[in-house]
Amino acid sequence: MNAIDIFTNLLQGLQMTVELTVLSSAIGALLAFVFGVGKTSHIWPVRVISIAYVEIFRGTSLIVQLFWLYYALPLLGISLNPFVAGTAALALNIGAYGSEVVRGALLAVPKGQSEASLALGFNSMQRLIRIMLPQAVPEMMPTFTNLAIQNLKDSAIVSLISLSDLTYYANNLQNLTFQTVRIYTVTLFMYFVLALALSWALGVLERYLRRWKPLVR
Amino acid sequence: MNAHVVFDKVVKRYDDIDILRHFSFSVDKGEKVVLIGASGSGKSTVLRILMTLEKIQGGEVYIDDERLWHEGTDGSLRPASEAHLRKMRTKVGMVFQQFNLFPHMTAMRNVVEAPVRVLKMPRDEAEARARELLERVGLAERMHAYPAQLSGGQQQRVAIARALAMRPEVMLFDEPTSALDPEMVGEVLSVIRELAEEGDLTMLIATHEMRFARDVSDRICFLNLGQVLEEGPPEQVLGNPREERTQLFLRSLLEEDKQA
Amino acid sequence: MLFGIHWDASGTAIHFALSILPILLIGLKVTVEATILGFILALLLGLILAMLRSVRFKVVSWPAWFLIEFLRDTPLLVQLFFLFYVLPLYGITLPALLIGILGLGGQYSAYCAEVYRGGIEAIGTGQWEAARALDLDRFTTYKDIILPQAIPRIVPSLGTYLVSMIKDAPLLSAISVLDMVAASTIIGDQTYNYLVPLSMVGILFLLTTLVVSFLVHKLDHKLPKTGIPMK
Repeated sequence: MNAIDIFTNLLQGLQMTVELTVLSSAIGALLAFVFGVGKTSHIWPVRVISIAYVEIFRGTSLIVQLFWLYYALPLLGISLNPFVAGTAALALNIGAYGSEVVRGALLAVPKGQSEASLALGFNSMQRLIRIMLPQAVPEMMPTFTNLAIQNLKDSAIVSLISLSDLTYYANNLQNLTFQTVRIYTVTLFMYFVLALALSWALGVLERYLRRWKPLVR
Repeated sequence: MNAHVVFDKVVKRYDDIDILRHFSFSVDKGEKVVLIGASGSGKSTVLRILMTLEKIQGGEVYIDDERLWHEGTDGSLRPASEAHLRKMRTKVGMVFQQFNLFPHMTAMRNVVEAPVRVLKMPRDEAEARARELLERVGLAERMHAYPAQLSGGQQQRVAIARALAMRPEVMLFDEPTSALDPEMVGEVLSVIRELAEEGDLTMLIATHEMRFARDVSDRICFLNLGQVLEEGPPEQVLGNPREERTQLFLRSLLEEDKQA
Repeated sequence: MLFGIHWDASGTAIHFALSILPILLIGLKVTVEATILGFILALLLGLILAMLRSVRFKVVSWPAWFLIEFLRDTPLLVQLFFLFYVLPLYGITLPALLIGILGLGGQYSAYCAEVYRGGIEAIGTGQWEAARALDLDRFTTYKDIILPQAIPRIVPSLGTYLVSMIKDAPLLSAISVLDMVAASTIIGDQTYNYLVPLSMVGILFLLTTLVVSFLVHKLDHKLPKTGIPMK
């Protein structure tokens, strides 16, 4: 089997990997916003839950989180299929790291913006969503891009719960044909190219969002 | 009572420092009052308290005879709720030293956003009004520009239009030209001057621009160490100040002008 | 039974938990060993990579740059599989733990190389120019001027990567290293109770990362921001 054949064989796994990465990154971004804001809330239960979420998911290993969701949760009555478990673990993980980025970026928005919006009569939800967050987003983009690439790499972990992603297909192919060096080299290159593509795509998004950047005087 | 705004023995403390101590002060309806004083004298703080950007530790502020920081009847007062503060805020508009335009919105959108979201004005009505106001401040042709594409003077004029769009009863100007390059100060001051001449808007301005203060104000208050040290018509406070500190302050401004 | 220790799944959950704790702790020891050795390897390899990358000859610096990017942007798990299956084909048979250490050290050396580069670049050109003016040679400049100032700056970032490596170390269980996570899945497979062992593993991780973060924090505090003092 030459490299082209290997590549074609792995394509289905590639699709799963891309789906997983995109879906979990999107959900993770949402979680990052929710808990990033939650950490600064005045309502203390919200703050406590947010802090707990962040500490737990940043302080424990992703593989443990994945196994826990897939193997341990059923014992509490909730059975997740591998795709849901994988997406959930990745999303929760990236959401925890992302929330710190969101929090930091919100703090970096000049105080004058929240004062001006307060003076104009916006309520706190409007201030947050219409004024503060749009200006915080450009600040977050570089780190979010890094997190997304990290998420792509982390997605390989789902092969361990038999989800048919790129790594799973590679391992399978290896078992069938034993063309070890070629298969894993092609696989690594496929991930590498995906990472570059992801980086490029988010770079485009970042440049588009730069117009929302706070003015620096 | 003709008093529009009243500060009654207001105390403002920050960390351990008293910025305002038993500060009493009032502004009549339609009056144009200019606050002058050194930095730290409290003039910005007075405006910010009125705009509910700062809390007070003692005393009370009244707008239109209604308490700002407390609600309820004299029998049972409680600290103002967020809803009460929001209601009171609609009576006051503010123009900031740093303009604080929303950078992700065009000039038009900046002016339109609050009336649409807060006053629930229909969008075309808000846009018509915005166009009117932007014309008034001389920026009609730049209404689709983003703040980054506007000069400091232009941004501040948009900020004035934005504040006026909410139809406040009291307009506050916190050192509106202090962050501007000298060539742009004039265009902003003339907009404020026109506003003062047209009408019945109650205006409270903190500034260092003495000539402007003389032109625009009905009354000038000199603040020193958190209290009104001297107040009166501009010719008197600026031309013939009674207090020695006032004289020292005015002389120091002249020195600055000479050095500039 | 695992590591020679029996567990007891018959009683209450607490009883079960306590009986497997020694097993999990032995597994934790394996994780910690792998992390420490892997990190030392990463620090050293990273230094070499960083130096190669800054060499003036593009023949050397470009491959180094490519290797760093490649290691950084591909999954550690696949790198581990690669090493695990490929090395024996070339006659190199190593214990799984050692392969794991190589894998960890490999990917993290790329991260360390970037940290070194960032730390050195953060030192203004003024320092280099002053050293030049004093006629100091390149080696001495690095040793006495640049590195003592760069090290306090990079400690926090390196510390973050150390904590990160602790959390990546369990991947070694996928190449048959018997660590904490492998132990807990074996226990789970045999007792059908995954909840207790995995939850305990989670807690043990949390504690470990907290301790390491704390130690890094203390180290960071002890180093003066202006640079390691030299007499």
